[in-house]
Amino acid sequence: MDYLLTEEQVMVRDLARKVAREKILPARAELDEKEEFPWEIMKVLGESDLCGLWIPEKFGGFGQSVMAFCLATEEISRVCGGVGVTFAATGLGGAPILLFGSDEQKQKYLPDLASGKKLAAFGLTEANAGSDAAGMETTARKEGDYFIINGTKQWITNGGEAETYSVIAITDKTKGPRGATAFIIEKGTPGFTFGKKEKKMGIRASATRELVFTDCKVHKSQTLGKEGMGFIVAMRTLDMTRPGIAAQAVGIAQGALDEAIKYTKQRVQFGKPIITIQAVQHMLANMATEVEAARALTYALARSIDAGGKDYTKESSMAKLFASDVAMRVTVDAVQLLGGYGYMREYPVEKMMRDAKITQIYEGTNQIQRNQIGLSLIKESNQKE
Amino acid sequence: MEIAVCIKQVPDTTEVRINPETNTLIREGVPSIVNPFDENAVEEALRLREKHGGKVTVITMGPPQAVEALKQCIAMGVDEAYLVSDRAFAGSDTWATSYTLAQTLKKLGNFDLIFCGKQAIDGDTAQVGPGIAEWLNLPQATFAVKVEVEGAKAKVERMLEEENEVIEIPLPCLITVVKQINEPRLPSLKGLMKAKKAEIKTLSAAEVEADPLITGLKGSPTRVRKIFAPPQKGGGEMLAGSVDEMVTALVGKLKEQKVI
Repeated sequence: MDYLLTEEQVMVRDLARKVAREKILPARAELDEKEEFPWEIMKVLGESDLCGLWIPEKFGGFGQSVMAFCLATEEISRVCGGVGVTFAATGLGGAPILLFGSDEQKQKYLPDLASGKKLAAFGLTEANAGSDAAGMETTARKEGDYFIINGTKQWITNGGEAETYSVIAITDKTKGPRGATAFIIEKGTPGFTFGKKEKKMGIRASATRELVFTDCKVHKSQTLGKEGMGFIVAMRTLDMTRPGIAAQAVGIAQGALDEAIKYTKQRVQFGKPIITIQAVQHMLANMATEVEAARALTYALARSIDAGGKDYTKESSMAKLFASDVAMRVTVDAVQLLGGYGYMREYPVEKMMRDAKITQIYEGTNQIQRNQIGLSLIKESNQKE
Repeated sequence: MEIAVCIKQVPDTTEVRINPETNTLIREGVPSIVNPFDENAVEEALRLREKHGGKVTVITMGPPQAVEALKQCIAMGVDEAYLVSDRAFAGSDTWATSYTLAQTLKKLGNFDLIFCGKQAIDGDTAQVGPGIAEWLNLPQATFAVKVEVEGAKAKVERMLEEENEVIEIPLPCLITVVKQINEPRLPSLKGLMKAKKAEIKTLSAAEVEADPLITGLKGSPTRVRKIFAPPQKGGGEMLAGSVDEMVTALVGKLKEQKVI
């Protein structure tokens, strides 16, 4: 579909596509096989200004556009979901600074994220605090001008590789949801170390590690927003970055559809290319329709956010939920269409299927997204009464 | 350091097909690109600028649409771009082209270094770079795979067929580069924005004070007699069996072909 992108958006999409085809495509199988962090590719993405798409020009970025960020994430993920999440997660780690940071904090941290010189990561999840953030055990105890942080964050994308971390910790347990605070913590701060690199099913080029805090002393100037606003920071951040996950899912699904079409045109059985078989065409038609619907919802959301739309929690959940479910279905079907070849690692679709699965899980499982949508429906209907 | 890079816009030969009847390139609908070796030349110039400071100017001679190739270089980060374009230049061979580019370089000022790609992928002559150096009476180093500038001279590693040769060359000079010298950078978004807005200066034959006797078709001594695709080599034949059997078969075949 022609989404009538602006000239600048076309430029972003085409450049991201060029980087993906020229730099990521030749490397993706090896990055997946060796679970290697794509530093070289991140450097290219930084040099091409793509890392700064969500950052205002004032802070070295390219103009703070969720739509542009989604276009780039989609094109990168179309080729490799692992590089896609690495790219998107630095946006996730930086978003709290963009949304809640002081001008001073923005000036200090955003330019290096925009240039890709440094990566960011977001530390929310813990072993006992996944969908239920109330189980959070990482604490920040006030001591003069400092906070003393103790605890462990789990499964943090870009953990260990990033320089800048946005971390949520409990500052006052008695206050419940108002007792958490967000901090910017730099790699290298004494008492801040990393756990082992996790071995994953998919997105294997990306790095996932524990963040371990042992009496880690952080100055109060590193607080993001006000003390006690930690959960609000986290929720607002995720509302803004969920379109990125949706875009990642759309990209993975499109990549799988591309491969399925290419293969079924070449594969000859019963004396003709299998794409001429109606059963195959119907599968491809369903895949293409779903991908387009997911893209349309994602772009509509991104444009709404860019245009200043308020309260997009529900739509943000819808886009993430729908696009990631589509990515799973489409990649499974792509493997099916490639048959035995699809199951082999020599072809890229099995990787796409492994990569797709995480999009239904992270940044809030799809069950949590449905809860959120349900909650919004109740709220909206109560307001109407 | 003032660096000039001469580039050429060429058809993307990975997309080119040959018309089997006329044996000429089918140019219709073929996208144009910056000659790949010239991209290496631009990259090398940009790297030297990053190291030593200065300015990179890129020049091309060609029709008005060659502006696109210059804009691509601006998107990579060059400072200035000039299109040398005039009806009088039509039909130039390497003699006339190198003369025209040399005149342009003279007009534009004093360059410490002039870079070219080793050859263009359409004509493949590898003559224009050395030609420019001759017209300007500058020393030249061709097929560079490594360039280091130290003061008023450059150390250049040249990639020859059998071995590499390291030479020292005084500045100003002209250097042509091979693709192994570097990996050209991709454009940046800020570069693309700059390129979109950039106004490319066009220079005419009069402005570069080109002698009409050495420009265009009239100034070009080269005449193309015929362009053809060489016939494909056959697949050959593999002999099998014991050594004795194969030798006997081979000798028989050589006799059959009247080779021996």
